[in-house]
Amino acid sequence: MLFKLSLKNIRKSFKDYAIYFFTLILGVAIFYVFNAIESQTVLLNVTATTRDIITLMTNMLSGVSVFVSLILGFLIIYASRFLIKRRNKEFGIYLTLGMSKRKISTILFIETLFIGIISLFVGLFIGAILSQVMSLLVANMFEADMTKFTFIFSKSACIKTLLYFSIMYLIVMIFNVINISRCKLIDLINHSKKTEKVKLKNPILCIMIFIIAIIMLVYAYYKVTIDVESLSTPDKIFIPIILGCISTLLIFWSLSGLILKIVKSIKGLYYRGLNSFILKQISSKINTTVVSMTIICLMLFVTICVLSSSLSIKNSMSANLEELAPVDIALTKTRNITAEKAQEYGYNTAYIEDSFLPIADSLSKLDFDVSKYLKDMVTVHYYVDEALTVEKTLGSYYEETKKTLPFLTYNMPEEIVTVSEYNEVAKLYGNETFTLDEDEYIIIADYDSMIEVRNEALKRNTPITLLGKTYYPKYSECQNGLIAISSNHINAGIIIVPDSAVDDSLLERESLIANYKASDDTGRKNIEEVVINLANHPYISSTNLEASTKLSIYESSVGLGAMVTFIGLYLGIIFLISSAAILALKELSESTDNIDRYKMLRKLGVEERMLNKALFMQIFIFFIFPLILAIIHSIFGIEFCKFILETFGDEEMTKSITMTAIFLVVIYGGYFLITYYSSKNIIRNR
Amino acid sequence: MNILKIDKIEKYYGNKSSLTKAIDNISFSVDKGEFVAIMGASGSGKTTLLNSISTIDKVTSGHIYVEGEDITKLKGNELNAFRRDKLGFIFQDFNLLDTLTAYENIALSLSIKNVNYKEIDERIKKVAEELSIKHVLKKYPYQMSGGERQRVAAARAIITNPSIILADEPTGALDSKSSKMLLEKFNYLNQELDATILMVTHDAFTASYASRVIFIKDGKIFNEIIRGNDTRKAFFDKIIDVVTLLGGDLNDAL
Repeated sequence: MLFKLSLKNIRKSFKDYAIYFFTLILGVAIFYVFNAIESQTVLLNVTATTRDIITLMTNMLSGVSVFVSLILGFLIIYASRFLIKRRNKEFGIYLTLGMSKRKISTILFIETLFIGIISLFVGLFIGAILSQVMSLLVANMFEADMTKFTFIFSKSACIKTLLYFSIMYLIVMIFNVINISRCKLIDLINHSKKTEKVKLKNPILCIMIFIIAIIMLVYAYYKVTIDVESLSTPDKIFIPIILGCISTLLIFWSLSGLILKIVKSIKGLYYRGLNSFILKQISSKINTTVVSMTIICLMLFVTICVLSSSLSIKNSMSANLEELAPVDIALTKTRNITAEKAQEYGYNTAYIEDSFLPIADSLSKLDFDVSKYLKDMVTVHYYVDEALTVEKTLGSYYEETKKTLPFLTYNMPEEIVTVSEYNEVAKLYGNETFTLDEDEYIIIADYDSMIEVRNEALKRNTPITLLGKTYYPKYSECQNGLIAISSNHINAGIIIVPDSAVDDSLLERESLIANYKASDDTGRKNIEEVVINLANHPYISSTNLEASTKLSIYESSVGLGAMVTFIGLYLGIIFLISSAAILALKELSESTDNIDRYKMLRKLGVEERMLNKALFMQIFIFFIFPLILAIIHSIFGIEFCKFILETFGDEEMTKSITMTAIFLVVIYGGYFLITYYSSKNIIRNR
Repeated sequence: MNILKIDKIEKYYGNKSSLTKAIDNISFSVDKGEFVAIMGASGSGKTTLLNSISTIDKVTSGHIYVEGEDITKLKGNELNAFRRDKLGFIFQDFNLLDTLTAYENIALSLSIKNVNYKEIDERIKKVAEELSIKHVLKKYPYQMSGGERQRVAAARAIITNPSIILADEPTGALDSKSSKMLLEKFNYLNQELDATILMVTHDAFTASYASRVIFIKDGKIFNEIIRGNDTRKAFFDKIIDVVTLLGGDLNDAL
């Protein structure tokens, strides 16, 4: 009997449940897709490094899944509470008929069970299809070739999804039982009879609050963009964040009063068609949902920033690599370790002896045939004078810099390279070469923040002293260039001096830059294997030789980019779904009040077209307000992300913003449309 | 001239096996400037009759003419346009929008006809004066008394200059003092502004304000009495006589 009743209830109120179902299915599908990545990638043809990164990524994703399941859990509880509220009258009738609360709980239990099973089933089905698309995406991200397409169903992800969602549904059931046992019959029956009291805010107060909020917001925007340099320590970022949150809240608090005041003052507009009705509907809704609007707006803001930044990291990483790692391998070793240093760090004799050998000699001791494997070899020597520190090269600008950037290490000695050796490297990399007079120096750098600081010192014509001789800057700004290969712009500055300016007493490090002697990818991969295998050679413990290769940089940075992208996508989509679903439910929960209002308008003779337009406007404005504010926030937020992620480059931002916009339109827009059509259905006269 | 002409209408509910005739062959007409009350017990078919005239419900057979136009032939948006332009509604439960002030509620019925604000404002001021609701124009429905709410609803109904005002148990939710005041306003609208009013009620006191009373029983017209030159008190006694004749049901309503 109860079973039949539950079934009938679900079928009858299927339209009311549309949003709930949609959200559950989407949640299940996404949960499955991101947890199935590991199984999806098993068949991909990738190197060991990439495989490691994928494993790391799936581990992180499953960690994030716990967080995601928390968010989804809250969302489901919220949604089911909303559905129960809608059915207060129905439960009231059951209770007056003499049904016990226990039996009502049983009905709800069966309903939740049914909805759970259906949504899990459908969600897993959709997830399984989507995850095939996902494996294409993964293959594309890791630049692996999908040799053959096979349909994969991940059993482990399926079990995990079932487990997590079963727990969530169980909690929902417990909440439902508590809810039912708490409610009173009189409240259930009288629920629909409550007339709304219109709480009006003082318009002048609203205008004042709004202005204050705008000022706060502008200050916060200023802090994270133009004045971003002043955020020198991590804790200072909290001030603009808190200001941003408070001002968002205040804007939503004052917004409805403000708009009402403005539109009301334009009588011709306010008393045209249903404008007065629409405006009052919206303002009363915004008034009662200030906090949720704020949370939704902030969630959308985070979503937009996370999505666009994480997508751009991957894009710009790949784009930068050609420029940042122009050769196949760079070997580096510290030279001429002094006795004191050896004692300080506890190096053994063999280690010290090796440090006096050039790289080529160490390589031959490792049985690595340089002439067989390498070509285009260039050797660079780095010199260091303990007295010539960053502080000295900044000269008179040091005192000012120290105030704004206190966390820089100013007592670190500068690295110095002779102009002839640098030119060799530059020629190999295809960079600009330089000539120097006897008393000139140049700084080569590609790390933007450091370039800014150094440029100011160079503009002031700051001299440096080396072995008793003084040198002056040839250019008033840093020159673009690099020596060590890496995945990011991290060259904070190398000083280039005339060949005569240094001698062997200052020698600190040596670097050997070269290409592999191979004509194709397979040949290069084979040599890479040989290099990796050097780590197993017995002599390796006696040398401080280090190698970084283009291939490994490439794989790890592509992997890092992909990892960030996937986690960003995962969280972004879940955030997006949550905020859109909350908005949709809020809107639908008022539909019962709206039935009467729209019925009345119909009796007054308002045309259907006008009614639908009014409903559309009402829902549209309710959806668009948090989005607009979130987009404005994001313009500045992304600007700040760019600053933080500077080393990654931001060349591909437009592409990722477009991607983010597509996600927003599809998910958020989808929820908007469902809400509109459900509401239209509810208010339709029958 | 006939404002409203009802021609042999019938309304059936249910299916072939159990047929209920809510309206069983009713015909009558209402002239311009008349104040007609329709009386009947619960279930006599009076609300169905009103709903048919207001196009909220459709008749099974027969025709209803408003100013010569057959409204049973109207469809879709024509219905809405008809209600908007020709009818004024007053309901038992007021049916004011709770989010709007009295002023905005009255303005709405003009603004949906695209009347400009200047004219809206002038007409509201005039009608508010006539119905003594000037002091509540800025208030919300929940801040007003029942009588004030019903007069605001009356103002909303009259302001569009409709062909006919339909009132469904307008005093049903009012105390006797408010009822009396509202009905006096109805008389004023009827006599001074020449408004045509069709009112459904089961209350003899309310009906006694009308110029003609039509009694309905089991979906048919049972009797019809005209006030003529009687005083309201004398007319009330006549109504009571018919009610007694009608039998038990209506007596409860006294």
